[in-house]
Amino acid sequence: MDDFFSFDLLTATLRFSAPLIFAAMGGLLCERAGVMNIALEGFMLVGAFAAAAGTYYAETPFAGLVAGMAAAMLAATIHAFWCVTLRGDQIVAGTAINLLGVGIPAFLLQRIWGTPGGSPQVERLPGIGAGLNVLVPVALVLVPIVHYVVYQTRAGLRIQAAGEHPRAAASVGIDVVRYRYACVIASGALAGLGGAYLSIGDLSQYTNNMAAGRGFIAIAAVIFGNWTPFGTLGATLLFGAAQATRVQVQALGLNVAPDLIGALPYLLTLIVITGLVRRSDPPAGLGKHATAE
Amino acid sequence: MGLPSRISGLLPALLSSLAAVTVALLAGAMVIVFTGDDPVEAYRALFSGAFGGRRPIAETLVAATPLICGGLAFAVAAKAGMFNIGIEGQLLVAGLASGLVGAYAWNLPASIYLPLGVLSAMAAGGIWGAIPGVLKARFGSHEVITTIMLNYLAERLINYVISTEERFPVDPRSQSTQPVDPEARLPNLLDGTRLHWGFVLALVAAVVLWYVLFRTTLGYRVRAVGLSRGAAAYAGIPWGRTIVLAMVASGVLAGLAGAGQTLGLQGRHINLSAGYGFTAIAVGLVGRNHPVGVVGAGILFGAITSGATRMQNTAGTSKEIVQVLQGLVILSVAAFAAAGHFRLGQRLSARFGGGSAGRASGNDRSSGVGMGPEIEPQPGPPVL
Repeated sequence: MDDFFSFDLLTATLRFSAPLIFAAMGGLLCERAGVMNIALEGFMLVGAFAAAAGTYYAETPFAGLVAGMAAAMLAATIHAFWCVTLRGDQIVAGTAINLLGVGIPAFLLQRIWGTPGGSPQVERLPGIGAGLNVLVPVALVLVPIVHYVVYQTRAGLRIQAAGEHPRAAASVGIDVVRYRYACVIASGALAGLGGAYLSIGDLSQYTNNMAAGRGFIAIAAVIFGNWTPFGTLGATLLFGAAQATRVQVQALGLNVAPDLIGALPYLLTLIVITGLVRRSDPPAGLGKHATAE
Repeated sequence: MGLPSRISGLLPALLSSLAAVTVALLAGAMVIVFTGDDPVEAYRALFSGAFGGRRPIAETLVAATPLICGGLAFAVAAKAGMFNIGIEGQLLVAGLASGLVGAYAWNLPASIYLPLGVLSAMAAGGIWGAIPGVLKARFGSHEVITTIMLNYLAERLINYVISTEERFPVDPRSQSTQPVDPEARLPNLLDGTRLHWGFVLALVAAVVLWYVLFRTTLGYRVRAVGLSRGAAAYAGIPWGRTIVLAMVASGVLAGLAGAGQTLGLQGRHINLSAGYGFTAIAVGLVGRNHPVGVVGAGILFGAITSGATRMQNTAGTSKEIVQVLQGLVILSVAAFAAAGHFRLGQRLSARFGGGSAGRASGNDRSSGVGMGPEIEPQPGPPVL
């Protein structure tokens, strides 16, 4: 068992958790403001692609990082326009963004490099040792920052008001639309960072559909963490540990089906969302609009 | 209610869907221009690839088959106010179930084996669909979250089964089940093409769903629950039981899609997601969650899918544009639906002269699934 619970398992957990932390913090902000964001997956994919493309053209991964965030923020602006301004269904819009998030990178990939599966190799973000890159500590620092913003700042309290009771918030003069736009776009920036982590942090290329459901796991983490930043961090670490364990089990050739370990995060989320284990209290105004018309 | 009035009632929905698709195709053309290709040439190649001859038409219908079933699955759930993102998982689990049943190669005649295979798929899909229904009815768990989780659980389950050679009739090397027994296969429909009887089953399913939704008490209940949970409860319609039923029906229809792929097209369940479950959402939305509209939208999306290869080969536009078009269509439909709500709100507030009319709370999720003009709120509870 010494082989199993090792330093490697810990670093692997951090490695797998970091992109989830970015996306989940974005999802948390969004949901706290009352916008259900199933588009995180699409944001991550767009961010991952733009990060690889940006690094390819500018020849520095830091430019890629900026490009990834910017592209995902653009996608998030589209999402916000549909959800907040047009008052369209948030799930419908999210589904569309996710399809575009798979399609547009795949389409452009073919167009730019003529390769169907993935981009050429690009330079990676610098590492900090143990197989981790500079974005890992950034992800960890992000959590207390989000906690501080949500609970200790005026903006954060207004975000919460917009999410709990948008019409009451609007009636006391809070510009719900503006706060929701800001939160959706911020979630784009963060999920874009998570995407960049995948393409230019962990790997050094974009491959099609490389987010592989992490955007959805991030949503699960937000629910699992009961919409609090530290709870969500715990959930992402748990999910990351499950993935690390799966890899470890395969590497050590243990007689445990890796798919069953892989299924755990989803199964746990299903159980938690029933509210049987502990009360699940989402923002009361999730999905609601600020005004009647 | 005469036929002309029925048709004129559907006309705005049809026009609005066509307009939404047109806008999406124009936006897609802009993407194609942006990347330096000729959109006219691309779309012409797409069209001839989808409809130019016997074989292309057959391929279009082959691609349309799972999309029609999946679109119907989305529609029936949406009618009850449930947003089923889990069609993908339901479809795949069903495909696996029928693939396993078929691969066991029991010594059965086709008259028993084939129905058994199809039913096993429908049962598996139904069970996978029932779970989010029960969780919603019992605990209020949001179906979008639970169905997403169930999609991934389906993926892991299938992975597990397909790699467990010693217990199941599977072939881990080709990542599929063993080939399905010929007696359990859905027969070919048109010689020299891949078109199979699954397409006929999809059309039958559309007719049955239309009848149940619009001509039976059960269907009335489903629609009433979707329009307004409160009003339905006031009329004595059990909300929980009805949404579970709608989700089971949704899973069963998704299961039919899986059966078509496994027993019809591929002759085995392949551990690979073609994403039909997600395209099905677009099909349901464009088809306005009406069985007839879903058949039309399914063929449209089938055509885009099957024509894309020709487009890539002759016009050079990569076939990944298909997913881009799907996303654009959904956005476009959503925008048109939103525009419809705005107009509706203005009309109602003009009529009642107050700001409280229209979508009073503006947040009734059940009416937000883009169900088109049919869901205009009725004053007062429905009359039974």
